[in-house]
Amino acid sequence: MTDITPTQSGNGLLAHLGHVMRENPVTALSFGLFAFFVLQAFFGHLLVPYDPLATNSVRALEAPSGDHWFGTDQLGRDVFSRVIVATRLDLTISVLAVAISFVIGSVLGALAGYWGGWLDSVLNRILDTIMAFPLFVLAMGIVAALGNTVENIIYATAIINIPFYARVVRAEVNIRREAGFALAARLSGNGHMRTLAFHIFPNALPPMMVQVSLNMGWAILNAAGLSFVGLGVRPPTPEWGIMVAEGADYIISGHWWVALFPGLWLMLAVFTFNLMGDGLRDLVDPRRRT
Amino acid sequence: MSSFNRRAFLASAAGAGMLPFLRVLPATAQTGDTLVTVFGQTINSLDLHRSGTNRASYQVAINCYDRLVGFGAKQLPSGEMSYDYDVIVPELAESWTISDDGLTITFKLKPNATFWDGSKVTAEDVKWSFDRAVSAGGFPTVQMRAGGFSRPDQFEAVDAETFVVKLDYPSKLSLPDLAVPVPFIINSAVAKANATEDDPWAMEYLHTTPAGSGAFKVMRWDQGQQLVYERNDAWVGGDLPAFQRVIVREVPSAATRRALVERGDVQVSFDIPDRDASELADKLTVHSTPIENCIHALCLNTKFAPFTDPDVRKAVAYATPYDAIFESAAYGRGAKLWGGDTEITDTAWPRPFPYTTDLDMARAHMAKSGYPDGFDVTLSISLDLVSWMEPAALLIQEAMAEIGINVTVDRIPGANWRTVALVDKSLDMLLENFGGWLNTPDYYFFWAYQEGRLFNASNYSHPMVEELTDQTLHMPMDHPDYAGLIKQMFEIVIEDLPRIPLYQPALNVAMNGADGYEFWFHRQLDARPLTGAGA
Amino acid sequence: MATRWLPILWRLVQTIPVVIGVVIISFVLTRALPGDPAVQFAGQMATPESIEQTRVALGLDKSLPQQFLIYCKALLQGDLGRSVATGRPVLTDLSTRLPASLELTLTALVLSCLIAIPLGVLAAVRQGSWVDHLCRVLVTAGVSLPTFFTGILLIYVFYYLLGWAPSPLGRLDFVYFDPPRVTGFFLIDSVLDGDLRTFAGAAKQLALPAITLALFTLAPIARMTRAAMLTALSSDYIRTARAAGLTPRKVLFGYAFRNALLPVVTTLGMVFSFVLGANVLVEKVFAWPGIGSYAVEALVQSDYAAVQGFVLAMALLFVLINLVIDLSYTLIDPRIGFSSK
Repeated sequence: MTDITPTQSGNGLLAHLGHVMRENPVTALSFGLFAFFVLQAFFGHLLVPYDPLATNSVRALEAPSGDHWFGTDQLGRDVFSRVIVATRLDLTISVLAVAISFVIGSVLGALAGYWGGWLDSVLNRILDTIMAFPLFVLAMGIVAALGNTVENIIYATAIINIPFYARVVRAEVNIRREAGFALAARLSGNGHMRTLAFHIFPNALPPMMVQVSLNMGWAILNAAGLSFVGLGVRPPTPEWGIMVAEGADYIISGHWWVALFPGLWLMLAVFTFNLMGDGLRDLVDPRRRT
Repeated sequence: MSSFNRRAFLASAAGAGMLPFLRVLPATAQTGDTLVTVFGQTINSLDLHRSGTNRASYQVAINCYDRLVGFGAKQLPSGEMSYDYDVIVPELAESWTISDDGLTITFKLKPNATFWDGSKVTAEDVKWSFDRAVSAGGFPTVQMRAGGFSRPDQFEAVDAETFVVKLDYPSKLSLPDLAVPVPFIINSAVAKANATEDDPWAMEYLHTTPAGSGAFKVMRWDQGQQLVYERNDAWVGGDLPAFQRVIVREVPSAATRRALVERGDVQVSFDIPDRDASELADKLTVHSTPIENCIHALCLNTKFAPFTDPDVRKAVAYATPYDAIFESAAYGRGAKLWGGDTEITDTAWPRPFPYTTDLDMARAHMAKSGYPDGFDVTLSISLDLVSWMEPAALLIQEAMAEIGINVTVDRIPGANWRTVALVDKSLDMLLENFGGWLNTPDYYFFWAYQEGRLFNASNYSHPMVEELTDQTLHMPMDHPDYAGLIKQMFEIVIEDLPRIPLYQPALNVAMNGADGYEFWFHRQLDARPLTGAGA
Repeated sequence: MATRWLPILWRLVQTIPVVIGVVIISFVLTRALPGDPAVQFAGQMATPESIEQTRVALGLDKSLPQQFLIYCKALLQGDLGRSVATGRPVLTDLSTRLPASLELTLTALVLSCLIAIPLGVLAAVRQGSWVDHLCRVLVTAGVSLPTFFTGILLIYVFYYLLGWAPSPLGRLDFVYFDPPRVTGFFLIDSVLDGDLRTFAGAAKQLALPAITLALFTLAPIARMTRAAMLTALSSDYIRTARAAGLTPRKVLFGYAFRNALLPVVTTLGMVFSFVLGANVLVEKVFAWPGIGSYAVEALVQSDYAAVQGFVLAMALLFVLINLVIDLSYTLIDPRIGFSSK
């Protein structure tokens, strides 16, 4: 196992990214798609042809046309504009939810794995308890109890994912705390915290990256599921999940576009996140960097 | 299902000689003597009197039990069939007389009426059932009180076939209140045999096992899935139903329900969304009946500023986009309740209020009010009713922005809705859908405009409305003063606007291979008059 | 033999704090739900008195610690309480509904394994080829759609448009009667009853929801199979086996696959409990009378006992599954005993 330090030049990172993408076409595809979504999130609201909230009951449920590329929904709102504008909120939900669970999970897992003992036992039991809950129902309960706002959807999604990160980090830290490179770092004058944070923890990153990419996808699906049972974001905010959930009732009546296009974007986003997993892992894996 | 295992069922069916000893119903049974219906709710009890029984379960009281009297049927101007509030017909009672002072009603029971177990329906059974309804607490007790029935000592079984009700005051609501689903008649011998000390009214037993005399028996009940009715051939309450068996399936997804009825796999889809009704109307038989005495309304809480200001309420009424709401939320089903005449010439209710969408008027009223620069407010809707509330709320939100009112839409989960909207009455602005079972304007006012009443979500209080409602509630509708008093009530609430009517909703039923549908105020499927298509 | 059972006992003891934690959290969570159950269940035209009566009847007039003690006392006697909405003991509700959910989930998992494991093995053997990439893209696409959306799409195409699938009306069409209950699994019970028509009926109803769920579970199983196979194939004993001249077939299935099974089984356990909780949405679309739809209904109505009972049942199931997985390790790989843990 190599000891890695966080010092790396931006150039090296870019070069490495290029290498990873060339090596695996699927990874390249996923990174490309991700850039597509990020651009939408930043500039989407500037590009859309209609106000995503403006209703027009005269032109409700119109099929896709030159005026409305993705058709209009039951209130005559432009589906295309709503789908594009929703990107920012959906990316925010998934990124924030994953970031929160990543940070909390990492800290808890690292502390438990490094010091062990009663801290480890207590943490393990708590994680077991969360894992023993049916996770979607737990998320539902949290959102129902706290109220269905975007923040609470993010918190609920974060809470149900914490155990996955904590587990991975705990395992990785646990097997490395007595490893040679860790002892060497300690001997060269690093404190416990420093050793843990900069020498041991980075080794847990590769397996966590796969988890991160899967969870970003899950976060969006989770929000969509919450919308389906009525616990999604507040209307009229455009969000893919709620658009699919509401539009699902229009499929049988032949108004397929109301659900299909947000569904397609949602699928593409989740798909992108899931495929990115391997690429991200390759990107941060110290063993792959020579 | 514990109480209806298949073998027991098969044995009973074979014994009755109705069904061959088969594992699968013969294919012809699906179209011949069996009717399949679907709806989106779930039946959670077979006993309406139990506390916790939901609205969807009322259909068991209608189809499996009899009352003393029922309502007649009439054809509406639209051609739809409906129950007739003005005609009371016998069900278990053969005849009845009302004393001159209106305080005593004497019923003669049909001598040939029997319960499913063959025992005779006696006045004792009626007394026991009525005692139960007024003592159970909760909804049945409240509904009984509306007709003037509140204590067991008001009911007397004179002999086996004579039953007497004594009233504290004469009321036009008493007899109709005996025709609603609540005062149904239970086989008291069976019930008492299954009652315990803790449970004197056999709530536990009747919850899963009905014991009545009605047109249908419950053949099986798979909670959360289906209820199967089987015809009671000895029924004397009315004309024998055409179908031998009626299957009521619970299908939560509206999309699935629509596919089922469109493909003809089920014959009746009950209470379909307005959108499906308007789209299916060309392909199938769709019955859309405006629900009597029911209004979808925008309630403004008169206790909360800025809605304390009458000009603000008027501004909201003029800014509301009625047409767009009627098209997008109701898909044109139901009846319009705006743009009516300013002069009141009749006592029709629900009635169009004399407001229309007129932004200039709305702005003028806002300018006159104490809030010329507008304000922020939350419009609350119930998660259980999003299908009409959400489009309506979003359209209102957009329209209010035009006159400077910044509306945030909040969706409240069903469990919390009743608490905050109706019990605490703590919402500033909300959508509401109250409908009164008894079809008189005063009854609507009693629930929705009198201070402190459950459905008065606007916290409205007006001394004249209080008095006029009390005065008219029990007054016969042909009383010379009645119309005049009702018009006064109308004028006050039309001016005060604690509730802004949006439209009168419709109850939609799609039929594919069945006929004979009748609309009922209780908004449940009465399976008794249904027939096959073309029959 | 006794020493062999000791670690199992120890594992069981370890689950006790988990169960206690679940009991506490589910109690707190239900009490934190908005809405007043007394109002909810007092019925249509409740008056303040009738709401108060309902509150007393539900035992909600007592303080929270008191309520908790009463709940715990009942739990210790095996009483999960009574659902207000259904008016039946929660235990009865769960035991009628759990088999429906289990049957759906297990069928979906079996279906998923039949596709995902061969795909995963294939992808590992042809690592880096177009087959590998295609597998990855396909299974990822399956997990990228919300299950309720897939479900409605399948209904639209296979029932509404093509008419191949039966009407999506729960576990059995109304022309059939439930087979006599032995296991609660309709497929098994109908076979035990020797009733093939009911079996076919149940299987037809099961097809679409099971496919919907299976699509969702392909990805984790296929990916884990691939990863485990790659690890196994690059290990020393495979090299030795190859060097010893064993046929590629024997190496692949006799050695590599057997060793790769371990992590796959672990994943299966995770996926199983995840899906059992997540098929809430699929049950709603297909009118499937399982515990998922029960839980959603209970949560929306603030039916405390039902939510708590559901959560507890799921937690116990989760603990049980993990125990079974641990035990199955010893079957797959005799080197792993509990003593090594």
